Amino acid sequence: MSSNPIPAAEQAQLDQLKSLVADCIQETRNQGATGAEVGVSMESGLSATARLGEVETIEHHRSRGLGLTVYIGQRKGSASTSDLSPAAMRETVAAACRIARHAAEDPCAGLPDAGLLATEFPDLDLYYPWAIEPEAAIELAVACENAARNHHADISNSEGASLNTFEGLRVMGNSLGFLHGYASSRHSLSVSVIGERDQQMQRDDWWTVARDARDLQSPEEVGRIAAERTIRRLGARSLSTRQCPVIFASDVAASLLGHFIGAIRGGNLYRKSSFLLDQLGKPVFPDFVQIHEQPHLKKALGSVPYDAEGVRTVPHHLVRNGILESYVLSTYSARKLGMTSTGNAGGVHNLIIDPGTLDQAGLLQKMGTGLLVTELMGQGVNLVTGDYSRGAAGFWVENGTIQYPVEEFTIAGNLRDMLKTLVAVGNDVDLRGNTRTGSIMLEQLTIAGN
Amino acid sequence: MTSEPIAIAQQTLLEPAGLATGDLDRVMQNLLGGGIDTADIYLQATRYESWGLEDGIVKEGTHSIDQGAGIRAVAGEKTGFAYSDDITTSALMEAAKSARSIARRGDEGTRELAQTSRPPSLYLPIDPLRSLPEEEKIALLKRLDQECRAIDPRVEQVFVSLSGSHEVIMVMGQDGATHGDVRPLVRLNVSVIVEDGGRREQGSYGGGGRTDYQYFLEGDRASEYAREAVRQALVNLDAEEAPAGSMTVVLGSGWPGILLHEAIGHGLEGDFNRKGTSAFSGRVGEKVASPLCTVVDDGTLPGRRGSLTIDDEGTPTACTTLIENGILKGYMQDKLNARLMGVAPTGNGRRESYQHLPMPRMTNTYMLAGPHDPEEIIQSVKKGLYAKNFGGGQVDITSGKFVFSASEAYLIEDGKLTRPVKGATLIGNGPDVLTRVSMVGNDLQLDSGVGTCGKDGQSVPVGVGQPTLKVDGLTVGGTRVQG
Repeated sequence: MSSNPIPAAEQAQLDQLKSLVADCIQETRNQGATGAEVGVSMESGLSATARLGEVETIEHHRSRGLGLTVYIGQRKGSASTSDLSPAAMRETVAAACRIARHAAEDPCAGLPDAGLLATEFPDLDLYYPWAIEPEAAIELAVACENAARNHHADISNSEGASLNTFEGLRVMGNSLGFLHGYASSRHSLSVSVIGERDQQMQRDDWWTVARDARDLQSPEEVGRIAAERTIRRLGARSLSTRQCPVIFASDVAASLLGHFIGAIRGGNLYRKSSFLLDQLGKPVFPDFVQIHEQPHLKKALGSVPYDAEGVRTVPHHLVRNGILESYVLSTYSARKLGMTSTGNAGGVHNLIIDPGTLDQAGLLQKMGTGLLVTELMGQGVNLVTGDYSRGAAGFWVENGTIQYPVEEFTIAGNLRDMLKTLVAVGNDVDLRGNTRTGSIMLEQLTIAGN
Repeated sequence: MTSEPIAIAQQTLLEPAGLATGDLDRVMQNLLGGGIDTADIYLQATRYESWGLEDGIVKEGTHSIDQGAGIRAVAGEKTGFAYSDDITTSALMEAAKSARSIARRGDEGTRELAQTSRPPSLYLPIDPLRSLPEEEKIALLKRLDQECRAIDPRVEQVFVSLSGSHEVIMVMGQDGATHGDVRPLVRLNVSVIVEDGGRREQGSYGGGGRTDYQYFLEGDRASEYAREAVRQALVNLDAEEAPAGSMTVVLGSGWPGILLHEAIGHGLEGDFNRKGTSAFSGRVGEKVASPLCTVVDDGTLPGRRGSLTIDDEGTPTACTTLIENGILKGYMQDKLNARLMGVAPTGNGRRESYQHLPMPRMTNTYMLAGPHDPEEIIQSVKKGLYAKNFGGGQVDITSGKFVFSASEAYLIEDGKLTRPVKGATLIGNGPDVLTRVSMVGNDLQLDSGVGTCGKDGQSVPVGVGQPTLKVDGLTVGGTRVQG
């Protein structure tokens, strides 16, 4: 296991990819493009899965890709290939140019403003390759699954445990002179087990993910948590139809913030496909809510030095004191809205909602009687209207304590109201994703059950 | 150029790399041997393009080429897998070496039987990307934009997308036999946003199949997509809050068959049942639906989006009866799970690409027609919901709970459709939802060719279908709590 700076072998590969990108940009000029953006990536990895104590699959991953966008005046075309040979590169450039020649002129099309491109490249500490042998990977997966299976007599079956490790190099450049690349890694361990009691089967899982394998939770801990999550679902009952307060556990609360981000994404705004049109400078959350993006956190899963177009990323607030302070914009969507890119081509990078003071137990106390949601199902979210209706499972809570598991019901409301009536954010922050949030309590949703 | 799929596969996949079938044989010989039961080599080359219109102009398009080889070696229940995006002897040999490291030591393994011959093709070995000049692709998108706007002045935004792919595959099983397939696939979609007095709603419709772009120019097909997208959006402008709670639900014919895909389809995939993780495990021969219900998975329908002449393991696809008159008949299998369960593969071994392992997947899953007139079904409902169109769905295989989200729905009051209501998610329990089917329409329809199914991170095109169905008691996830 190593850490930054990037080892010589990877540096040499990065240099090779950089010259490939530079060659490709030159090729776009040769074929008549007036502007171009090129990205190349190489990735390798290993996935090892164990089930019922035995190895089930070992998958060796190794993939490459080149993607490019060309502009001919105000016309745009894109193409990609998994073949990085010079002949394939020329064909790919030709395909993109052919599309651009047929596309319509679009006054907003084009490369980012040169002044917005990243010029400093902070070391974000993203590369910790893990040269683990398949046998050792299987051992970790088996240990994790054993911990889950041995945790409780009601754990009756398993979907297996997987160890995944990936490392990759990514280089991007454009015809304005931007050319940069970096290495990153990502490792994870997950397990999913099944419990059975009184002829009811339930499944749940747990996983850990990190840039650096030393930051992963232990196999025993991952297994134990997965088993606990499965066991606590046994004996699930249905719920009758009602309206009540709802707490989204931290690992499902991130989806609520995801819908919010979807609604302030430039592409949805200029297409008028958002329930938050024209809300900049207006309250969309209660005044205690602070939401910001921190793209440069060391070792974090969402960290990037620049966005998908090479535009520098900067820490900034999206919501301050409940007021919407910034949209999420790429170069194109910004131009469509008459604004400036926020460095969000490709999405947000480490989205954080400031935690409150209560842990999940404290939130349950605060709620008194209501629903704790731990699983969501389906895609019943309409970003145009904000209408929200999803399948869910979780726990019924009375007097601040969990009474019994519940399932086979939906929760519904309108996202505009849901954001505005957010009651509290917990301090039980889930750090495993690109969105960092504690559990979130909402004033009231409609539960549809039997 | 020949039109035999295997010859096209050799020309596309082997000849550019200077390879011949004999080279694959050598890789296979390296792959087999002590402790390996089965193995396969899968070669694939896919060219894909898409064109998109918004703001009245075709402002972008993409083109991609993806090719490579996936090599699998299986010992008992253990699978070793490696892939390469290089189709060369050395890359294949290296991948074979990685894959076969799964082998058990000093074990002989049981061999599969040789493959049957190739069935007739269900689609032509055509290249959709070349089936229409670029100018005409663009003209089609622009025409649909204008048609949408001409239907109603409340149409504010129109998005049209056209995509096509040309996929060539070749798979060599351990018996050394190679199977080839050339798989065209096209898709056209129209989405609109309508606005009236500050209220905005969307509507979307599309279709496609294993054919070329000429399909969309036949008759009135593309214009029908445009009209349908606008119609759905306008209906939703008048939609009221949806009801919340359990009620009688009538599901429309066609795409609402996603009910079957989620509620029972996934639960009947062989891998979950071999492992005993499905709510349907061990239930073959039991009653899982009302006697009105017969459900099949049929990969043999010519030209359909979910159809395949051979699956990704070279097995001819089939029409597999899943439920017959309410009784669970069988599961969908790939080779691995069929062998381990001691049954025959059903041609359901599918994979997203050479970078993924095959597993049991659905093709076109639908319920056969029943005796009832759809009108009669609506008229039989005193109070309930008629759900005509849907978005996506999801299922928890183990608990059996599934959801699917309506995008166009109406209240039924005293046997008549009255008011439109907003989209809502419906939730139920897979193993018993079909036992509550009390009427089945005589109007079986398949969807228009839009489905994509996700499982373990792998996406494959699928089809669904059903006649109009009446379900006595399904939970509707609206916001309006009834008094």
